[in-house]
Amino acid sequence: MLHLSIFLFFGAICAAGAVNLLVQRHPINSALSLIAVMVSLAVEYLLLGAEFVAAVQVIIYAGAIMVLFVFVIMLLNAGVEERIEGSRVAMILGIPGMLVGSALVAWVLLERSGTSSVAVGSLPGYPKEIAGLLFHDFLLPFEVTSVLVLIAIMGAVVLASHPDSETQQKKES
Amino acid sequence: MVPLSYYLALSGFLFACGVTGFLIKRNIITIFMSIELMLNGVNLSFVAFAAQWHALSGQVFVFFVMVVAAAEAAVGLAIIIAVFRTRETLNVDRVNLLKL
Repeated sequence: MLHLSIFLFFGAICAAGAVNLLVQRHPINSALSLIAVMVSLAVEYLLLGAEFVAAVQVIIYAGAIMVLFVFVIMLLNAGVEERIEGSRVAMILGIPGMLVGSALVAWVLLERSGTSSVAVGSLPGYPKEIAGLLFHDFLLPFEVTSVLVLIAIMGAVVLASHPDSETQQKKES
Repeated sequence: MVPLSYYLALSGFLFACGVTGFLIKRNIITIFMSIELMLNGVNLSFVAFAAQWHALSGQVFVFFVMVVAAAEAAVGLAIIIAVFRTRETLNVDRVNLLKL
């Protein structure tokens, strides 16, 4: 019962943060509500017994990636977003269609998925077990991931480097 | 004991919010954050199914998804900076050079 109430509390924070991300007009407010979503998701992971994933969620997602987002928002001095008029067909067909679709999915999930429930901490995701799996069964994907990160670093440096030197050369020639 | 369907419903809700933000938002940074929200929704269902079926490989996949998300964020934000330098705007409706 306690676990269910913890799940509902942090799930509500999660859902409220996701809705707030859509409602806010300034990107910095959206970024902060996304951080709230990620931290409450980390608590949900902890509730499922995935300790390593919860720690990584806070450190990498809420730490590194969101700091990058906030930094870029500050750097580009992003202002309040302009709203435009959406098309009327999307309003007339889209909203009822979305409601019907989500009601159908919720019904299938809640009624037809049986009475299976997840015991809290049933699968302890200690770093030791994760490492055994990661460096034995998933060794090749892990190495490929390191190459991917290397390429991403080089791509980011090339794309974000200042193009002043090239343009000056073009002007001179 | 929390029913598995609650986790899946929360995951689906997060994914739907991400898709909606991707479609209705006009700021390119907010669109990018919506993509991150979608990835988070998928991660939650990965971990829930891993606990359900006692398979730790679900958690390893979450790790891979996070690495790909980090790489994607680094390259994507660099592209956003490059777009802002050339077009002087963050509004996706103003980035329309390919439009007829």
